[in-house]
Amino acid sequence: MTPWSLETLVPLPVLVPLFAAGLALALHRYERAQRIISVVALSVVVAAAAGLVVAAQDGPVVIDVGGWAAPVGVNLVADPLAALMLLVSSVVLLCVLLYSMAQGIADGNDRTAPATRDTKILQEAIRGQDADADEDTRRDVLPVAIFHPTFLILAAGVADAFLAGDLFNLYVGFEILLAASYVLLTLGGTVERIRAGSVYVVVALLSSIVFLVAVGLVYAATGTVNMAQLAERLPDIDPGVRLGIQGLLLLAFGIKAAIFPLSAWLPDSYPTAPAPVTAVFAGLLTKVGVYAILRTQTLLFPRNEALEAVLLVLALATMIVGILGAVAQDDVKRLLSFTLVSHIGYMIFGVALATQASTAAAIFYVVHHITVQTALFLVVGLIERRTGTTSLDRLGGLATMAPGLAVLFFVPAMNLAGIPPLSGFLGKVGLLEAGVVDGSGLAWVLVVGSVVTSLLTLYAVVRAWNKAFWQPCPEKLPEPTPLPWGMVGPTAALVAVSVGLTVVAGPLYAYADRAAESVMDGRTYIEAVFPDGAPRGTGESNKTTDHTEEVAP
Amino acid sequence: MIVLDTVPSGALLLTVGVLFAAGVYLLLERSLTRVLLGFVLLGNGANLAILVAGGRAGAPPITGATAEPMSDPLAQAMVLTSIVITLALVAFVLAMAYRSWQLHGHDEVQDDLEDTRIARLADADAPSYADSDAEESGSTLDEEAVAVRDEVALPDRETPSGTTRGGEDA
Repeated sequence: MTPWSLETLVPLPVLVPLFAAGLALALHRYERAQRIISVVALSVVVAAAAGLVVAAQDGPVVIDVGGWAAPVGVNLVADPLAALMLLVSSVVLLCVLLYSMAQGIADGNDRTAPATRDTKILQEAIRGQDADADEDTRRDVLPVAIFHPTFLILAAGVADAFLAGDLFNLYVGFEILLAASYVLLTLGGTVERIRAGSVYVVVALLSSIVFLVAVGLVYAATGTVNMAQLAERLPDIDPGVRLGIQGLLLLAFGIKAAIFPLSAWLPDSYPTAPAPVTAVFAGLLTKVGVYAILRTQTLLFPRNEALEAVLLVLALATMIVGILGAVAQDDVKRLLSFTLVSHIGYMIFGVALATQASTAAAIFYVVHHITVQTALFLVVGLIERRTGTTSLDRLGGLATMAPGLAVLFFVPAMNLAGIPPLSGFLGKVGLLEAGVVDGSGLAWVLVVGSVVTSLLTLYAVVRAWNKAFWQPCPEKLPEPTPLPWGMVGPTAALVAVSVGLTVVAGPLYAYADRAAESVMDGRTYIEAVFPDGAPRGTGESNKTTDHTEEVAP
Repeated sequence: MIVLDTVPSGALLLTVGVLFAAGVYLLLERSLTRVLLGFVLLGNGANLAILVAGGRAGAPPITGATAEPMSDPLAQAMVLTSIVITLALVAFVLAMAYRSWQLHGHDEVQDDLEDTRIARLADADAPSYADSDAEESGSTLDEEAVAVRDEVALPDRETPSGTTRGGEDA
C-alpha cells in the first residue's frame, strides 16, 4: 500500500474527530482554539467523505486498520451506501456545529431550553417546590467546556458505525455515539434534562445489551463477526437459529431507529435538549439505526418473506401512530419529534420490500430526511431564540415579525410533507412505485398508508404554520432579540442543501440505486473484503477464529 | 492437528441465564440505582455469553506458540472492549443518578408531564388548541405533577412547604 492510496481516506472520518476531541478537551480553557479545532476537524471529515463517495463508485474501499487479516482484524469498509451516509451526516454535523457556536452553547450562554417559560413551568411543577431553583440557574450558567469534545466524539461514533466492516465494530461505533449522546442530552444537568435523560439512557443501554448478546450469538453460530464472512456463512446455518439472531438484531436496531412499538422514548427525550443537540439527534441517531437495519437485513441475511411481512406491518404502524401523535401535539419540538418517528416508517417500508428499487428509494429517503429534519429542528431553535417559546398556543404573528424565519420554516416543512417537486416528494414516489411493483396486498396497504401519512404530515406542519406564523399573536411576546447570523447562516445552508437535493435528485437517485445494488448483491462487498477469496493484510490468525477448521500446529 | 472443543459449559450457560433474569428484573425498577445494578448484571451476562461463544478455555492465545488448544483470542478481545464500555456507562449512570438525587432527593425515573397533559386533553375531549393550564381545566400543573408521581408518594409532596430533600426525613 502506498502511503497516499485511497484507502488512507477511510479511517480519517473516525480518527480525525477522535484526536480533535482529545485536543479540544485539553484546550478547554481556550474557547477560540476549541472552536477552530472542531470546525477544522469536521471540515476534514466532510472532505474525506466526499472523496470516499467518489472513490466508492468503483467498488468498496477497504482498509484493515490494525494490519491484521480481515476476518480477525478490524476493517473499515466504505461502500457506496456507507460513503453516501457519511457525506450527508458530516455535512449536517458541520452545519449544526456552526449553529451551536453562534448560539453560544459552548460557553454556557445556552438561552434556549432551560430558560423558556414552558419548561420553567414544567420544572416547577415537577419539583413542587422551588428551593432548588437557585441551584438550577447557577448550574445553567456554568461553562460547558465539554460540548465541543463530546460533539466530536459523536461525529467519530457516527462515522465508525457507518464504516464498520464487522458487527462488533458496529457495536463499538454505536456505543461511542450513544455515550456522547448521553452527555449531550443531559448537558448542564437541569431537572428536565435529567428526567428526559434517564428514560433515554436506560432505553439505549437496554438496546445496547440486546445488540451485544446478538453479536455473541452470531459469533457462537458462525465463528465470525466480519460482515463479508457473515454474508457467506449466515445463509448456511440452521434457519431457526438464523431467525433468532435476525430478530434480536432487529430488536436492538429497532429501538435505536424508533420503530413503532419501540419508539415511545423518542418524543419524551429529544425536545428537552438544546436545539442544536436535538437537531443532530433527530437527523442522525435514528438514521444510524435505520442504516444498521438496512445493512444487516440486506447484506447479511437471505430474504425471509415472513419477517418482511412483519416489517411491513411495523412500518405501517410506525407511520400512522407517529403522525397521529404529531397531530395531537401543541409544541413544535414535540410535533417534529413525532413526525420523525412517523417518517422512520417510510424507510422501514423501503427496507422491508427488499427489492433493489425499494432499497434505493429508502436510501434516497434517508438522505432527504436527515437534512430536512435537522433543518426543521434548527429553525425551531431559531423560533425559540426569537420568541422564548415553542408552544403553538403562545406563538403567533411570526410571518410579519420575521419573514425570513417564515421562509426557512416553510420550505423544509413542505419538503417534509412531500410537496412536489421537492426531494421528499421524489423519495415518497420512489417508495410508492416500489410498493406498486411489489403488488402484494400488504404492499398496497402500505402504499395507501404512505399517502395518508404524507397528507397528515402536511396537516400537522400546516397547522404549526398557521398557529405560529399566521394567527395573530395571542399574547405579547417578549422583546424581540436579534438572531445572530451565525445561527441563521448554517440553518439557511442546510435548508439550501435540502432544496439542492431536489436539483441533483437524478444523479443522487442513480447513486442510491448503485448503493442499493451493492448491498443487495453483496458479491462486490465480499470480493472487496476478500479479494480472490484470500484474507487481506499481513496477519495470520485467521484459523483460530474458525471453529470448524483445524488449528495449525 | 487439534480440533477446538466448542461444546459450551452448562454451568456457564446457567450463570448467563441467572444474570439475565436478575438483570431484567432490576431493570424494570423505577430507581436509577437499581436500574444501574440491573444493567451491570445484564452486561456481565452478555460478556459471559460471548466468552462461552468462544469455546472452551485453553492455552494462552499467543501467536506461533501452540501445540495445544488455545483459548479463542477474538472472543476475549471483544469481551475486553465491552467490559471497558460497560464500565464507562456505569460511571455515567452513577453520575446521573447522583445528580437526580441532588435535584429531587431521590433517583426515581419520572413520567413525562407533557404526555400526561396531552392525555388529559383527550380525556376531556377538549379541542386541541385549548390550553389546559390552570385557568381552564381547573387543575394546576402542580397537581398534575403530584398525580403522575406514582409509586413515590412522598409525604412532602402533598405539602409543598415540606422538606426539600428526600423521603428519609419525612
